[in-house]
Amino acid sequence: MKTRFLSFMFSVFLLTSSFHAFQSDELLVDDGEFGLEGAPPQPHQRSSDPAYIRSSPTPTTTTRRKFSDSDSDSKIQFSLEHAFGDSDFVPAGTFSARLKTWSHGGQTLTKLRFSRNAFTQAEKENFEKLLIGDEFYRIRLPSNVLSPPGRDYVVSSVKARCLPREGLDEHFVIHMEGVNILAVNYGAPGACPYPRQMKLPAKWSFNSHTVLKNSEQAPRTPVFAEEQLGENGEGEAVKPPERSFWAKYWMYLIPLGLIVMNAITQAMNMPEEQATGQAGAQQGAAVQRGPSPAVRRR
Amino acid sequence: MAIRVFLISLLFLSTTITTFSLYEDQVGLMDWHQQYIGKVKDAVFHTQKTGRKRVVVSTEENVIASLDLRHGEIFWRHVLGSNDAIDRIDIALGKYVITLSSEGSILRAWNLPDGQMVWESFLKGPNHSKSLLLVPTSLKVDKDNVIIVFGKGGLHAVSSIHGEILWQKDFAAESFEVQHVIQPLGSDIIYVVGFVGSSQFNVYQMNAKNGELLKHESAALSGGFSGEVSLVSSNTLVMLDSTGSTLITVNFHNGEINFQKTDISDLIKESLGMATILPSKLAGMFALKTTTFMIFIRVTDEGKLEVVDKINHVTAVSDALSFSEGQQAFALVEHYNNDIYLTVKLGQEWNSDLLKESIKLDDQRGLVHKVFINNYIRTDRSHGFRALIVMEDHSLLLLQQGEIVWCREDGLASVIDATTSELPVEKEGVSVAKVEENLFEWLKGHILKIKGTLMLASPEEVVNIQAMRLKSSEKSKMTRDHNGFRKLLIVLTKSGKVFALHTGDGRIVWSLLLNSLRKSETCENPTGLNLYQWRVPHHHAMDENPSVLVVGRCRSNSDAPGVLSFVDTYTGKELGSSSLVHSVVQVILLPFTDSNEQRLHLLIDAKQRAHLYPKNPEAVGIFQREFSNIYWYSVEADDGIIKGHVLKDNCIGEVSDEYCFETKEIWSIVFPLESEKIITTVTRKLNEVVHTQAKVIADQDVMYKYISKNLLFVVTVAPKATGGIGSATPEESWLVAYLIDSVTGRILHRMTHHGSHGPVHAVFSENWVVYHYFNLRAHRYEMSVIEIFDQSRADNKDVWKLVLGKHNLTSPISSYSRLEVITKSQSYFFTHSVKAIAVTSTAKGITSKQLLIGTVGDQVLALDKRFLDPRRSINPTQAEKEEGMIPLTDSLPIIPQSYVTHSLKVEGLRGIVTVPAKLESTALVFVYGVDLFFTRLAPSRTYDSLTEDFSYALLLMTIVALVVAIFVTWILSEKKELRDKWR
Repeated sequence: MKTRFLSFMFSVFLLTSSFHAFQSDELLVDDGEFGLEGAPPQPHQRSSDPAYIRSSPTPTTTTRRKFSDSDSDSKIQFSLEHAFGDSDFVPAGTFSARLKTWSHGGQTLTKLRFSRNAFTQAEKENFEKLLIGDEFYRIRLPSNVLSPPGRDYVVSSVKARCLPREGLDEHFVIHMEGVNILAVNYGAPGACPYPRQMKLPAKWSFNSHTVLKNSEQAPRTPVFAEEQLGENGEGEAVKPPERSFWAKYWMYLIPLGLIVMNAITQAMNMPEEQATGQAGAQQGAAVQRGPSPAVRRR
Repeated sequence: MAIRVFLISLLFLSTTITTFSLYEDQVGLMDWHQQYIGKVKDAVFHTQKTGRKRVVVSTEENVIASLDLRHGEIFWRHVLGSNDAIDRIDIALGKYVITLSSEGSILRAWNLPDGQMVWESFLKGPNHSKSLLLVPTSLKVDKDNVIIVFGKGGLHAVSSIHGEILWQKDFAAESFEVQHVIQPLGSDIIYVVGFVGSSQFNVYQMNAKNGELLKHESAALSGGFSGEVSLVSSNTLVMLDSTGSTLITVNFHNGEINFQKTDISDLIKESLGMATILPSKLAGMFALKTTTFMIFIRVTDEGKLEVVDKINHVTAVSDALSFSEGQQAFALVEHYNNDIYLTVKLGQEWNSDLLKESIKLDDQRGLVHKVFINNYIRTDRSHGFRALIVMEDHSLLLLQQGEIVWCREDGLASVIDATTSELPVEKEGVSVAKVEENLFEWLKGHILKIKGTLMLASPEEVVNIQAMRLKSSEKSKMTRDHNGFRKLLIVLTKSGKVFALHTGDGRIVWSLLLNSLRKSETCENPTGLNLYQWRVPHHHAMDENPSVLVVGRCRSNSDAPGVLSFVDTYTGKELGSSSLVHSVVQVILLPFTDSNEQRLHLLIDAKQRAHLYPKNPEAVGIFQREFSNIYWYSVEADDGIIKGHVLKDNCIGEVSDEYCFETKEIWSIVFPLESEKIITTVTRKLNEVVHTQAKVIADQDVMYKYISKNLLFVVTVAPKATGGIGSATPEESWLVAYLIDSVTGRILHRMTHHGSHGPVHAVFSENWVVYHYFNLRAHRYEMSVIEIFDQSRADNKDVWKLVLGKHNLTSPISSYSRLEVITKSQSYFFTHSVKAIAVTSTAKGITSKQLLIGTVGDQVLALDKRFLDPRRSINPTQAEKEEGMIPLTDSLPIIPQSYVTHSLKVEGLRGIVTVPAKLESTALVFVYGVDLFFTRLAPSRTYDSLTEDFSYALLLMTIVALVVAIFVTWILSEKKELRDKWR
């Protein structure tokens, strides 16, 4: 298990590194389940994040699907907006992605990239205020990427004290359903233990990780053959309860026990007699008077 | 010898094998079952055969029942489906009960003596209309009595013998709204009277034998009409015009329609306010009801109106009953304080009362809502009357000779919510003899029991033993017991009455009709919503009483003002009540109590403001400390949005006080309306106890359950699949299950079941969810389980880490940390459709769990949770088998012995409540619907106590026998030794 995990990590690392070396549109390996891009100042380190591994259920199949469907795709952009505490939302960054139209009519986003705007001075001050007050830093995305904002914005927020590490680390998980964004889960990429410590970031730059997630398919209920069902399925339930050893074999055991007990008592008597008899015989030579009690008993 | 005796006794003991399910003689020992019918809508008395007097009733719970007039017991009963409301009932041919249900589309005949269905007809028609049922006594077509039904916009004549439709006539095309179908006595002509729009009055004259339209007249009515149309005689109708101030008398006779208008102010000098005509059928009269009094107005033959009487305090009037040749009587009920006066008047002569009785009622029944009368011949050959009255609390009473003959608490058929309360702690100084009546009885009982266990008892004695076990005073005592089996079940019913039932035998300990949930001017249509445990005293358990909080609202829409009421659960008295200025959308129980041990509750109103209760400064103090750690979510199912909220600061505005807080939204999930619609949301029970976080799996490995109280399970379905099964094809229906953290709004798990269909029933406990839905592709119901495990703690397996304290098991968990969870899920087929799912809960959470499934057959099935374990595989390894893993099967087994309700049915099952007993192995289960059922369950058997039917006598006797045997063998061996020595 561990080796498989390692090899998978390694392959992911290989794939990503190749993707960076080329900087080309050889992006078929980027399986669309997790497009990600670091913020400009900080190169991302994706392999350190286990979420990427878990969030890619079947990379190979996705890739294959991509080869088969060379459908039309178009570039779209949608913006991230943020708010400090109760303030209004202002633009904070842009997501860009390719919109892929499948032959069956569905549309999905792939190759999500994110560019974060740096904090302005005023925003820095606002953020510091949030840190001091342990307040919420809120972000929002449109619920539909084609016609933003769609029905409503999807909002997510985090306690501001969770974000600062060296820089400001943030982690987006965007749950998609076609071109609709169901929800965005925003937070720190690691732990944020309670009570939260007040800590100012060393660098005022964002280190962003983004993950796109689509719904998983439920496994189909297995259908077994009838005879298998009879054997495996209700076997345990239908079987009469296991009776105890005693309950099963008492009719044999009791007579057996009685016989054994009789035998034992007799056997106990026999050696006694013999022993006494022999002893008597041996002693009889020496002391001939006084017959032994065992003899008397007979 | 001694060894032999020992062996035999050992054998004797070993034959007592542990039991797996209930034995026949255990039924009723720890369970009880009560049958109800609901609030009576209509009643028909059966008088033809004098042998057994019965009354047939239809109720608002869609029950049709035949009751014994002497005792009020149910002879037979049928619960129709929840969407099959009964409109009318009547008796035909003297032997069939005819019911018209589902807005006049289903007509059924039931055999009167035993309630078997004789025939059923479906009446088809193009549109909805008022439904009317007329069973003429004399109308015959080819020796067949005809039933005239108006339903679905058409008139149907149905044979009463076999239910065939003889003829039918549609009125649909003319947008005709029927008001009455009249058949003058002894003629073959039917008049169908009604309106087109609100102004054109139509009379159709028809031949009852063949449905031929004989005549059709119509006349325009200026001013329109409103409310009820009262039929005064076979050719006169009375109604109010649209302003409500003028009475219109319509007379149709020989093809002429005459209107006559009379101002109410001409009849009565004082102002009335809003007046309505009562729907009761009185001969030659009608009743006009205002808020304060009731006026009876007679219509003379010339169509003149004259006021007969004006009576205050009248609350209910019955229909006229013709009891002897040409004489008609009706009953009216008046209220004075706690007494009610029942008056039976002769229709023709107002001033002669046939009967005037006053009856004292207990004050928890409220007003009389309905009265039905029935006549009988007294022993002195005069006419007597009995009245069936329906009270405000939905109870049903039979009055005869000024007394209450019987009373049925049918409010219990419509339980809204249920909770439990502990009984008082037993005070010192209560002797055994007092409880057990007397010592002699007690001794006699024990001797009988010993006889029973030794199978020496005669059949009568066996019956006695059974009866004694059933009504053992131990289980119905009014004090707390050591095992926590005795509790009070507090139930809130639709009528606004709160009942306390004893779990031992199901008797009503007290009942209280909440004044705050009764109709009043400020609160015109109050409904109860929920019950909460307001105060559970622990520190002062001896001298403080627990209390419950009843939350209601004034109208059915969510922005209506709320109502709170506090009820003492020992005495059944209302401690206080308040009608709120704000609405109540959600009630959040906070895990804090103030110094009076009152639980802090947060009530969220429709404007998303939070109101703290109890309103005292101390509560605010406690609340402020935890202010920033309080989160909640709201589900807007119609919009497909789930939002998370936190508290902001005190309210500003009209309702501002220090107990009101503004809130703000911190997260939201927006489901695309074109593909998903929320149909079910489930959370864990707040008071659930989880014993261990770790789950040791087969290969000595440990998995950590992800246990969070803030998990929310949401199921959405495709919008097309929201209708009944069959409304969508497998391709266009799907179902998505979500696990959402309600603090941060994170989606932890999301899974699509393609080709699946609602309705979805789900239960959430510990770290797992089980949900039930329909699989369109497999054409079967399915149940799925999701288990969620925490991976961040998974590396705490090293013993050295635990020893050196380098583990993170004790660190507080924050929702803001990134989650590392894995989910496992599996699906199985399940035979039944489901009405409710619950799970057993025990005091410490050690005992394994059982799912309680309310099946479509109104029974409760206990299914071991082990059957729904996502780690099941077809061929489990040896280690997994040792762990108790069941091999994977495609469907869940239904073992007939595992029905908790054994042979009983909880008709109209709606909910299952489980409460832990103090004994860890045992859970108490209360099932409600039209019936009530209560039992105790031990999912892993009673491993921590001897069962009640454990035979102490047998144990004692065995010990005695052993001791005797020891002595006997000792003496025997002594003797033998002596004999041997003497030889």
